[in-house]
Amino acid sequence: MFESFNLSLVDWSRVQFALTAMYHWLFVPLTLGLSVIIAIIETKYYKTGDETWKKLTKFWMKIFGVNFAIGVATGLILEFEFGTNWSNYSWFVGDIFGAPLAIEGIMAFFMETIFIAIMYFGWDKVSRRFHLLSTWLVALGANLSALWILVANAWMQNPVGMKFNPDTVRNEMINFWDVLFSPTAVGKFTHTVLSSFTLSAIFVVGVCAWYLIKNRHVTQSKRSMKIASIFGLISMILTIYTGDISARDVSKTQPMKFAAMEAHFHGSSSVPLKAVGIIGNVKESLKDKDKELNFYGIQLPGVLSYLTNYHFDSYVPGINDLLYGNNERGLLSVNEKIERGYLAKTNLLEYKKAVSNGDLDKIELLKADFENPAWINKYFNYFGYSSYYSENKIQQSKNAMKVVPPVSLTFYTFHIMVLLGMWFILLFILILILLKKKDNKQNESNTKEDSIQLRKYRWFLWAVLFTIPLSYIASESGWIVCEVGRQPWIIQDLMTTSQAVTHIETYPVMLTCCLFALIFTALLIADIKIIVKQIKIGMDDTPIDNKNNLKN
Amino acid sequence: MFGSMSYIALQQYWWFIVSLLGALLVFLMFVQGGQTLIRTLAKTETEKSMLINSIGRKWKFTFTTLVTFGGAAFASFPLFYSTSFGGAYWVWMIILFSFVIQAVSYEYRTKTGNFLGQKTYEVMLFINGLIATIFIGTAVATFFTGSDFTISDINQSYWGNSFHGIEAAFNIKNLCLGITIFFLSRILAILYFINTINHDKILARTKKALIINGSIFLVFFLVFMAMLLFGPGFNVDALGSVSIEKYKYFYNFMAMPSITIFFLLGVVLVLYGIISSIIKLDTTSIWYSGIGTILVVLMLFLVAGYNNTPFYPSLSDPNSSLTIYNASSSKFTLIVMAYVSLLIPFVLAASFYTWKVINKKKITSEEIEKEETTY
Repeated sequence: MFESFNLSLVDWSRVQFALTAMYHWLFVPLTLGLSVIIAIIETKYYKTGDETWKKLTKFWMKIFGVNFAIGVATGLILEFEFGTNWSNYSWFVGDIFGAPLAIEGIMAFFMETIFIAIMYFGWDKVSRRFHLLSTWLVALGANLSALWILVANAWMQNPVGMKFNPDTVRNEMINFWDVLFSPTAVGKFTHTVLSSFTLSAIFVVGVCAWYLIKNRHVTQSKRSMKIASIFGLISMILTIYTGDISARDVSKTQPMKFAAMEAHFHGSSSVPLKAVGIIGNVKESLKDKDKELNFYGIQLPGVLSYLTNYHFDSYVPGINDLLYGNNERGLLSVNEKIERGYLAKTNLLEYKKAVSNGDLDKIELLKADFENPAWINKYFNYFGYSSYYSENKIQQSKNAMKVVPPVSLTFYTFHIMVLLGMWFILLFILILILLKKKDNKQNESNTKEDSIQLRKYRWFLWAVLFTIPLSYIASESGWIVCEVGRQPWIIQDLMTTSQAVTHIETYPVMLTCCLFALIFTALLIADIKIIVKQIKIGMDDTPIDNKNNLKN
Repeated sequence: MFGSMSYIALQQYWWFIVSLLGALLVFLMFVQGGQTLIRTLAKTETEKSMLINSIGRKWKFTFTTLVTFGGAAFASFPLFYSTSFGGAYWVWMIILFSFVIQAVSYEYRTKTGNFLGQKTYEVMLFINGLIATIFIGTAVATFFTGSDFTISDINQSYWGNSFHGIEAAFNIKNLCLGITIFFLSRILAILYFINTINHDKILARTKKALIINGSIFLVFFLVFMAMLLFGPGFNVDALGSVSIEKYKYFYNFMAMPSITIFFLLGVVLVLYGIISSIIKLDTTSIWYSGIGTILVVLMLFLVAGYNNTPFYPSLSDPNSSLTIYNASSSKFTLIVMAYVSLLIPFVLAASFYTWKVINKKKITSEEIEKEETTY
């Protein structure tokens, strides 16, 4: 019961899921943000009737369409992969986890599909007002779909609103609003969506920077850049704000992940924040619980304590405190959690046995435990730890080490994400300043509107362009922090990834994983080539007659 | 509203919703059918583009319905989701692969710098049209013919062989339904082309195609129905034990006369649509045959799940068979989801409305040649 599967199957299943999820995430953030930017631009067109805005809308729509198609293609797999590769997971929590996925389909995907049809094929078939509404609804639909899948993801990190049912051997939903409005879900949704807005804004300013370097589409680029920079700056500031909220939530719900993010091994008061730098040998610090982890770089004294608890001298537990326990601070050791989880599992086995023997007294007695909040809190909440149980206590202590996620990867991706975020803020501010400043010396430009200082700083424009890949790195890094940092859990404390996989041979998963890698890579190359080509082709530059366009 | 419904009623309600999504999916697979007809109906590049653009405006609806079907099945019958998708791994993976390559093909086909070349994307569309229809048909047929799996006492599922679902394609009854769906989707595609395209040469070719595809469809459909009605089926008794019963599905039709009536009505509508367009090009045929298809498939799903019938029978261990009662979500989740399902009529209405708006103007060769948003 709830055995752990052979590692190669688990690893291949994880590789496949990571691969499909990361490929999917290459396309989603741009869809989320660009849809909003397009809607803003089209609103400008609706208000002014200026055909330049319409052409701009159509240009960005073209890129949106190419990116959207491949996002849809990669997303389909994820929807079904919970079943194909994580079958035991699907039963164990499907009663809660399935609902947001279904709602995503019924509510959000259909909204996108319906109004995207109008957005692309409805230009001369519906009124301008209805077209604009459709564009906004596509943006809303896209972001609603993000809402539901992120609610589902947040639930895995912080399972709430449910209760275990020993008869069906699964967790069942008891409060939908708890699932939807859990602080983890709210933090995750806002942080993810806002960071995606930022990425899209960077994409837009990057493309426009290239046009400015090439002296093309100057007016359109300037307009796009202004909208995108304001949008991006606001989004990025809010991304930091919600990131701060999310991190504090992680420190409460997933302290081990939090400690790994900061490579924080020894709990203490007044913990510094590792701002920039590299860490020493993690393995040695894990082996020897008293060995400090070296850090080479800049630390800000007391700041981690402050960010966690709003007190510069507050206590933040480290990886070793969580692993070996800390009586003083009331932290259980992993060994203790394993024993408790094992007891919960034994109870369940006994219950199942009693049911099949028809032993009514015993059934009633054991079932009472599963109804008792104190028992659930003390034992069942560590159910997943039972998979590390061993009669041989030395072995069990070794098993306990598996509860620590890959520290270096979590630490570096977290810091890369944060540092890049800082750069993005600076970038948007600089663009806005340089857009504002007129360059009187510049005579070559066609209109006065186009003579801006920004065009002079070609090195800066190149930097803007090369920030596009950086924004993707930041976004993917965020997901690595989130998903690698929570290992070994698929559902925090309740189920490990290795208990969750489908009972299947390894080779089919190996094969499909390689096929996905191949197809997705080919499609990614096609996607990038088409988008680059579309950008090179550029916008429609034919002269505009603005007199007649308010009519249709 | 839904809170006062009994658990059983909710389970039946959700089986109806999932069945409806399945039925809509089969109807919308006219997109897939159309993808296999490009070479038959088009002789020039412009004609080809007209066909691809007319179905290209609809592919997302099919795709979204598939995704929603998956999500709804997960939310309402998680044991089915975990058993079938994990167990019949290959079938579902093959279906999903075919949809992945479809999703990009419309958008990328004629774009410059598309890396794989126009031809490749057209082949991908054909592959999707062929594979998705046949395999989805075969997979649905296993609702009647059973699969090789067992469920443990803690509701974990185990597939009984290493073919992981491919074996279903070697069962005559399953294959019959697969082929039926393939030809049905082609018929619906032809009727859809008649409805949306204004081009004499293409329309002139539809008659012959309708006769050929229509007759093959009819043969396979009748053979499948005969095997279904007069073959064995699966029955659950009051104690929950599953056994094989002769003429089970025939009895189900008899026991649920309203289902039989709608089923027959559906068959008549499908045939009427086909015949009326063979006699004289009829732009409304797609609606007759389309609604007919939805009715027929919906009723078949209901026959598979209602009246003490396990909708996902197990061959290796009949008592592991899934019924809408033992595979469903908890009552609470079904109630929550039932409220969500109230959105479905709005979704359908909005879809229908946009369909009308987009198809208001017929597709002509002039439009395809000048339009900027073509595939």
